[in-house]
Amino acid sequence: MSGGVTIHVIVNGRARDLEVDVHALLLDVLRDGLDLKGAKRSCDTQVCGACTVLVDGLAVSACTYLAVEADARSVLTVEGLAEGESLHPLQRAFVEAGAVQCGFCTSGMLLTARAMLAENASPTRDDVLHYLRGSLCRCTGYRKIVDAVLAAAETVR
Amino acid sequence: MSARPLRVVGQPVPRVDALEKVTGRARYVTDLTVPGMAHAKVLRSPYAHARVKRVDATRARALSGVFAVLAGADLTWCDPYYGPAYRDRPVLAIDVARYEGEPVAAVAAVDEATAERALELVDVDYEPLTAVMTLEEALAPGAPLVHAGQPPAGHFADLSTLRPQPGTNICHQFHFARGAAAAALTGADVVVEDAYRFPSVQHVALEPHAVLAAWDETGALTLWASTQNPYSVRVELAKMFDVPLARIRVVVPHLGGGFGSKTYAKLEPLAATLARVAGRPVRLAASIPEAFQTVRRCASRVMLRVGFRRDGILVAVECDADYDVGAYADIGPRVVQKGTYTATGPYRVPHVRLEARAVYTNTTPGGAFRGFGVPQLAWALESLFDVAADRLNRDPVDLRRQNFLAHGEEFAPGDTPIDGKLEESLSRAAEAIGWTRASAADRGRGVAAMLKASVAPSVSEAIVRLHADGSVTVLASAVEMGQGARTVLAQIAAEVLSVPLDRVTVVQPDTAVTPYDQTTSSSRSTAMTGRAVQVAAEDVREQLLAIAAPSLGLAARDLALADGAVVAASRRLTYAEALALRFGMSGGELIGRGVIAPGRTAAPLGGSTPFWEMAVGAAEVSVDEETGAVRVERYVSVADVGRAINPLTLEGQDEGGVVQGLGHTLLEEMLYADGHLLNGTLLVYRVPRADDAPPELECRFVENADGSGPFGAKGAGEGSLIPVSPAVANALARLTGVRLRELPLTPERVWRALRARSSRT
Repeated sequence: MSGGVTIHVIVNGRARDLEVDVHALLLDVLRDGLDLKGAKRSCDTQVCGACTVLVDGLAVSACTYLAVEADARSVLTVEGLAEGESLHPLQRAFVEAGAVQCGFCTSGMLLTARAMLAENASPTRDDVLHYLRGSLCRCTGYRKIVDAVLAAAETVR
Repeated sequence: MSARPLRVVGQPVPRVDALEKVTGRARYVTDLTVPGMAHAKVLRSPYAHARVKRVDATRARALSGVFAVLAGADLTWCDPYYGPAYRDRPVLAIDVARYEGEPVAAVAAVDEATAERALELVDVDYEPLTAVMTLEEALAPGAPLVHAGQPPAGHFADLSTLRPQPGTNICHQFHFARGAAAAALTGADVVVEDAYRFPSVQHVALEPHAVLAAWDETGALTLWASTQNPYSVRVELAKMFDVPLARIRVVVPHLGGGFGSKTYAKLEPLAATLARVAGRPVRLAASIPEAFQTVRRCASRVMLRVGFRRDGILVAVECDADYDVGAYADIGPRVVQKGTYTATGPYRVPHVRLEARAVYTNTTPGGAFRGFGVPQLAWALESLFDVAADRLNRDPVDLRRQNFLAHGEEFAPGDTPIDGKLEESLSRAAEAIGWTRASAADRGRGVAAMLKASVAPSVSEAIVRLHADGSVTVLASAVEMGQGARTVLAQIAAEVLSVPLDRVTVVQPDTAVTPYDQTTSSSRSTAMTGRAVQVAAEDVREQLLAIAAPSLGLAARDLALADGAVVAASRRLTYAEALALRFGMSGGELIGRGVIAPGRTAAPLGGSTPFWEMAVGAAEVSVDEETGAVRVERYVSVADVGRAINPLTLEGQDEGGVVQGLGHTLLEEMLYADGHLLNGTLLVYRVPRADDAPPELECRFVENADGSGPFGAKGAGEGSLIPVSPAVANALARLTGVRLRELPLTPERVWRALRARSSRT
């Protein structure tokens, strides 16, 4: 069954009325409808975290999240993480720590970490490891990503 | 001109593409769109082996929004076969499907949903055939043949001597010998031998394969492809479509990981074929399950016999290795012969007999994967080294040290002398892991070493352009896939031309623009492409000096480059001034050219490796005796890299190599049953997560500037992965006394081994 519905959603701080199919996935609406390509499609099964965005501050897998569920909610993608030209402390920490390699997992990692810091401003290394269980990286070996998240947490505090 | 201290090379500068990646602006193939673009979907064989009797696409073609439906029988207007070793792989199955997941038909449609609906309307009649799923089945007498005839050879010089065994599933045999191994083993005081198995594993680059193909009105083809070697893709397509190389353009945007999975043509031939028939651009974006149906690491069974004298001197190695290359050879034959050629590892071995076979099976094609055949052999050799140390009552570190090849010693006649100091890597790894200190009662430690050749002969070319404002463009075709090639190339050019890093732009690979580079693999980009960039930048430097010399009234040899200017004792001429002198106006540019092409040699594989990649790993593990779960608590990797052009990106690459190595060591294995792959999705195929990585992980480097690459660098990036399995297994053996010979070291396997040990005692 298909059919269009209008959802009202705030994307990266901007209110939008979007016409979407009832079965459309949030990931496709963001990437194809709004040209926000930062969230990546990879496993399609909520395992890898490459498509992670924040909905009302909570990390969700946009690959398995219906766009209609975002109605009347606020969505943050990696494109909305920086404030103008000023990078978010997480983004700066990722650059400086060498936590970015191919970059395909990076936007999901950043948003997952941001959701964690909103919940827990002083995470331990184990807290970070636990939180990142839903975010796969095949390049870095994770150490530099965890270091970057911990460094950013200090900056944010 | 005297040598000046390095300014940019050797610095842990952040990667040049970090900003676009943390802001989500970096574009990968699936982020690109072109007007009129169609979307492709692929119908794949549900059988491991089946005759494709009929493909009826009538209903699919009739569906609104469908632009093209193709099956193998439709491909009469092009050469439908491709492959780098053998041209054995059809774009779509022709008459026979040889593995589960082989493309049988494909659709291009207005959107993905329509393409998927059209696939459901394609009717295929299959006649299932008996499949051979394992090495044992494929090698059994009278086994069904995966390929009935003899496919034509591909396009590589080092594979010009492919030796298939007609009438069997053996598609290539490799043989190498020196001395008299059998006699030496008979005379050896201690002989250790066993068969070691390595599983099929998938790369799981987070970005699955993707291609966007477009033919223009003149019949020229452009592809935006997730490939590690655009030039190999180009030559395959030129042959298929009988189009001049110059009319095929392969552009490579950011790559979401490669690890070997994106070497050589993968989905590019299918996307290009569909685009031609559809008459419009076509995007083909694979899913992760489709990546499992595209390429994997070659599983192996390695029988190794290693003989020592009583005093610990290694005298002989015999190796019989079988590699499962799957349904199509891909680059498997080279994996097999290059891997087996270095089966003796970094050791001095006077008597050697090495045999290897590449074996077709009805499984996903096996190809390149970080380590390229060496992890399979190092797993066997480095495990047996520890077994031998026990038998000889020797310390495993000392026994390795005693037998290492020395710096400058020949690995094989005609090949490159050893260009690093293995004992230095080993000593540093042993010290860092605390080898000589007692470990906690519940911890065990193990070490392993590796040596790997890079592909040879191979070619890299580069162009460096100095513009009128003193900024620099580097044209080179090393693909940035996360390893940091773009950053390292920029650092090299910035160093030679003495400009800040942010004045250098490295253009993304584009065969219409950036010059030839054989492949981004084999750990070769820093050493080979980087060297080509260095030579091209030096070419620009020489041109600058020649322009400036008369103006400054000095000989070119008395001048140097510093801070964007040609300088002599007290005088300086900026690059802008030099170019204005040269061109008589504020335009023009200097163009430098670098070509690295060592050519063929008398070395056993037809070319001498440009460097040896060497590394040592040391692991400290614990095991839960109740569950058999092994945990790597600490891991140290020491790689002999000559010089770390960028220690930050190199460290990241090696840390990633260790954790990827832990994948096939503890977690990963593609499992087949009844002809079906059981775990080809990330729901059930477990790759390492953040909490699987060792809590303490250190990657260090030996830097003696003794490599043939720029500033004494050698290749790196594969070395950290290769010792992981044997280092962990050796640590487990020292902790528990159990020795496993099959990867991964799953809790079940370890638990059973522990239980068997307990019942013996």
